Amino acid sequence: MEARKTPLYETHLKAGGKMVEFAGYILPVQYPTGVVKEHLAVRNACGLFDVSHMGELRLKGPDAVRNLNHLLTNDYTEMADGQCRYSPMCYPDGGTVDDLIVYKKGKDDYLIVVNAANRKKDVDHIRENLVGDVLMEDVSDSYAQLALQGPKAEAILSKLVPAGSLPEKSYTAVFDLPVGGLLCIVSRTGYTGSDGFELYTAAENAEKLFGLLMEAGKEEGLIPCGLGARDTLRLEASMPLYGHELSAEISPLEAGLSFFVHLDKDEFIGKEALEKAGRTARVRVGLKVTGRGIVREHQDVFIDGRKVGVTTSGTSCPYVGYPAAMALIERASRKIGTKVEVDVRGRLVEAEIVKMPFYKKEEQ
Amino acid sequence: MAEMKFTKTHEWVCFDGDIAYVGITDYAQQEMGDLVYVNLPEVDAEVTAGEPFCEVESVKAVAEVNAPISGTVAEVNEELLDAPEKINEAPYESWIAKIANAGDTDSLLTEDEYTALLEEIH
Repeated sequence: MEARKTPLYETHLKAGGKMVEFAGYILPVQYPTGVVKEHLAVRNACGLFDVSHMGELRLKGPDAVRNLNHLLTNDYTEMADGQCRYSPMCYPDGGTVDDLIVYKKGKDDYLIVVNAANRKKDVDHIRENLVGDVLMEDVSDSYAQLALQGPKAEAILSKLVPAGSLPEKSYTAVFDLPVGGLLCIVSRTGYTGSDGFELYTAAENAEKLFGLLMEAGKEEGLIPCGLGARDTLRLEASMPLYGHELSAEISPLEAGLSFFVHLDKDEFIGKEALEKAGRTARVRVGLKVTGRGIVREHQDVFIDGRKVGVTTSGTSCPYVGYPAAMALIERASRKIGTKVEVDVRGRLVEAEIVKMPFYKKEEQ
Repeated sequence: MAEMKFTKTHEWVCFDGDIAYVGITDYAQQEMGDLVYVNLPEVDAEVTAGEPFCEVESVKAVAEVNAPISGTVAEVNEELLDAPEKINEAPYESWIAKIANAGDTDSLLTEDEYTALLEEIH
């Protein structure tokens, strides 16, 4: 299958984006500013990302809530209109199909935002498991998605919307909000660990919206950011990435997402297996690299010469200022402060188990 | 110093007497993006022209650096351990290693030949 262009492809080229293929889409990995500056812009000012590759599914009908509770590990019984809620989605064996965010638009009307690489698999999995009176539609191609992330995001976006109309609380959304006259869904969500918004608009509005936001953010130091910074930011914020910290072989409980797994629900796909597994043998931990070098994914982790696990992601984290990694290791060895060594292409590099997240935004 | 020479794999080499200074080219640093680590070779290590002898790492990737010439590592630029970004800022001033007992230099490219190679890539 040929890689697809997002509605912002030409915009990225004009901005000097270095284009790469990711999850079937051609997207900028960075702009001429470089990953480090893009990362720091999001922590200190603001960055704008094209995340149009993300998939959007519409779930509608009298049995919508019942299906969300059946398909997902989180509990959707009580949810106000305009709320957003994260959840893993599991196979019957407890492995993870994907992790996603559900938006409640109104009664019996939901939007599910899924990872681009998993979209087709998710659609098939959901279709096969739908029960009762409900309709699911893949509406990904009609949406472009932008992420405006950073402490200045609110100030920038406020210039383009009616006063007081932005979602105030984290994980809430406003549907049908005109942003510079372009109709958007705007949610206070993101994948960076900094404050910010995600905007969904009709694909044909994407270029104009991108331009309006860049113009509005000039004073605040807004710059466009690519996939490179998106990855370093989410790692610095210790957010799991499907295919790394989560997979068909890694359950949400192993990934440390028990907060989003409601075993007290009557039933959901994977519940039995997750209950039966009980306390998982391995757990996700954060590693701060204290030796010299950069730890990457799929590298063995040792304590006193004995292998205790393997890394799932790792890179240098520009804001906290040290290289960090996440790893799945045996539960007994998970204690904070434990010294470990990671096999970096044959060379042992020292690291320490530290509390996640590596970066946490200050409470406002 | 003598004239700077280049390799097809985007390393540079420049002789000061018998000692060869070695680094990566501007094109290489641009392709890599922001460098966050340089895994320096060991002093006294024997290196072979065209074979990897150290690594540079950006946030996204690790790249091997080939030795432009055969020889013995005489000194490494330890300044790069704490400041790998110097390679991004000034690639032709940021040598990675000095190589002694340098072997054959016949296969190295002149600046004009290297510039022609870059034009071919683009």
